[in-house]
Amino acid sequence: MSVDTATVRHIAKLARIAVTDHEVEALVPELNNILGWIEQLGEVDVTGVEPMTAVIPNQLRMRPDEITDGNVRDAVLKNAPVAEHGFFAVPKVIE
Amino acid sequence: MNAPYRIQGATGEWEVVIGLEVHAQVTSKAKLFSGAATEFGAEPNTQVSLVDAAMPGMLPVLNEECIRQAVRTGMAIDAKINAWSRFDRKNYFYADLPQGYQISQLYHPLVGEGEIEVELEGGATKKIGVERIHVEQDAGKLMHDQHPSFSYVDLNRSGVALMEIVSKPDMRSPEEAGAYVRKLRSILRYVGSCDGNMEQGSMRADVNVSVRRPGEPFGTRTETKNVNSVRFIMAVIEYEASRQVDVLESGDSVVQETRLFDPDKGETRTLRSKEDAHDYRYFPDPDLLPLELSDDFLRECRESLPELPDAKRKRYEQELGISAYNAAVLTAEVETARWFEELLAATGKTGPEVGKAASNWVISDLFGALNRLGKDITESPVTPAQGAELIGLVADGTLSGTLAKQVFEIMLETGDNPGKIVEERGLKQTSDTGEIEKVIAEVMAANADKVAEYRGGKDKLFGFFVGQTMKAMGGKANPGVVNDLLKKALG
Repeated sequence: MSVDTATVRHIAKLARIAVTDHEVEALVPELNNILGWIEQLGEVDVTGVEPMTAVIPNQLRMRPDEITDGNVRDAVLKNAPVAEHGFFAVPKVIE
Repeated sequence: MNAPYRIQGATGEWEVVIGLEVHAQVTSKAKLFSGAATEFGAEPNTQVSLVDAAMPGMLPVLNEECIRQAVRTGMAIDAKINAWSRFDRKNYFYADLPQGYQISQLYHPLVGEGEIEVELEGGATKKIGVERIHVEQDAGKLMHDQHPSFSYVDLNRSGVALMEIVSKPDMRSPEEAGAYVRKLRSILRYVGSCDGNMEQGSMRADVNVSVRRPGEPFGTRTETKNVNSVRFIMAVIEYEASRQVDVLESGDSVVQETRLFDPDKGETRTLRSKEDAHDYRYFPDPDLLPLELSDDFLRECRESLPELPDAKRKRYEQELGISAYNAAVLTAEVETARWFEELLAATGKTGPEVGKAASNWVISDLFGALNRLGKDITESPVTPAQGAELIGLVADGTLSGTLAKQVFEIMLETGDNPGKIVEERGLKQTSDTGEIEKVIAEVMAANADKVAEYRGGKDKLFGFFVGQTMKAMGGKANPGVVNDLLKKALG
């Protein structure tokens, strides 16, 4: 598997990352290099091997259904470029 | 068997194929991955933690109750529960999604295949397959009409737990889709995993519709997003099916796309242009380990399930000897069934002895009154115990049917117990033969001509004498006793 300049532009757009033409040219071989390594890993026979999700045996912990957070509107809105009447205010998005 | 639903096109008949993705908000105090509250209607952004606002470095911690409720829901539709499941990130950018991704379950959902049996008109039933149920986060809410150039964002809903319940494309008419959503809602409310409140957005559906010639392979489908009532879901299907038939019959092809329903116009329209076709780049969420459920956890989920509507309906029919219709009405809503069972318990009787009278009274008298008052059963001015007392007074002959209706009206107005009303207002039915015979004699004396006609063979006059006797006694005579005594007196 490999990527071309069009694919790089597409995934950059999906990730909302601005890339110049120059950067795209540089990213194509870089990404292809990484994909090459992954393909190399794919050559290892892992038949019958359970995928490992953590390096130590560990289980997803759950918490009880209790309200322990919230009511921190000022903190939540503090970094917003614009906030009005307790809302984040963003450039109008209309579908 | 109902006739299959068909759309009559200019070139012949078409069949509609429907699949529904229902998003149901899981009933929980706190959010799926944070400790912020979920309650509806709070001030904007007050029920938001730094996790829900996606501040850097914040980590999600799973709420056990949300998983428990989704598992119980799966068990209620007889679905396969996956003791091993995993969360994935669905990546996209939108102003209502601060993380830039939604935590969902694409590859390994919590609940696998199940099915829901729906009742259709004329008593037919149909099994609708459920493909899967997965757990995911809700997004925030956008308001576009508060400012000329800004959209306002409220993140109170951001991170609230949703179950996405995905049906198979098994429905073939708007009626079937409506019956499916109503049944699903009923099950969720019995289980207690979702309040089913469609107006508040606790339940909303993405409606997938395609059309085809009967018997042919599936056609191209469209998906109409976020439809929030049964009536609108049915309207979307009708509109989309006929729109697609028109497109196909004019020689074009249906475009696979996302559409939006406009309730004011009753139409759907294209929501997103193709250029923005979504590529979500799902991958396992590295912040969360796979979810593994223990046998104990699963056993507790199963043991905590209540009697579900189908089982309850069958039990009512068998144990109480009531009609299929009555049983279906009484079990459709969990609150109705609860009220009815409290009523039965308060009568102190069991089985058909009380079942028929109690079910008829709830469905005709009580529902009639609640309809008139615009109240639902949880707001009934009459308690189950009072209803049971009234039914008891009819059963033991104290009240006739007519008197019971009068007493019930007074109960609705005053909130008094029926026994007290009967005492105070002297509404007791009399079976006192001496008193009734006396009145019959008076009626016969006053209508000697009619008596002669009756004895001359005009049988139809019997009803006249019953009416006159009842009238003279203010409706309080036991009708059975009046009939017997009149027959004797008239000879």
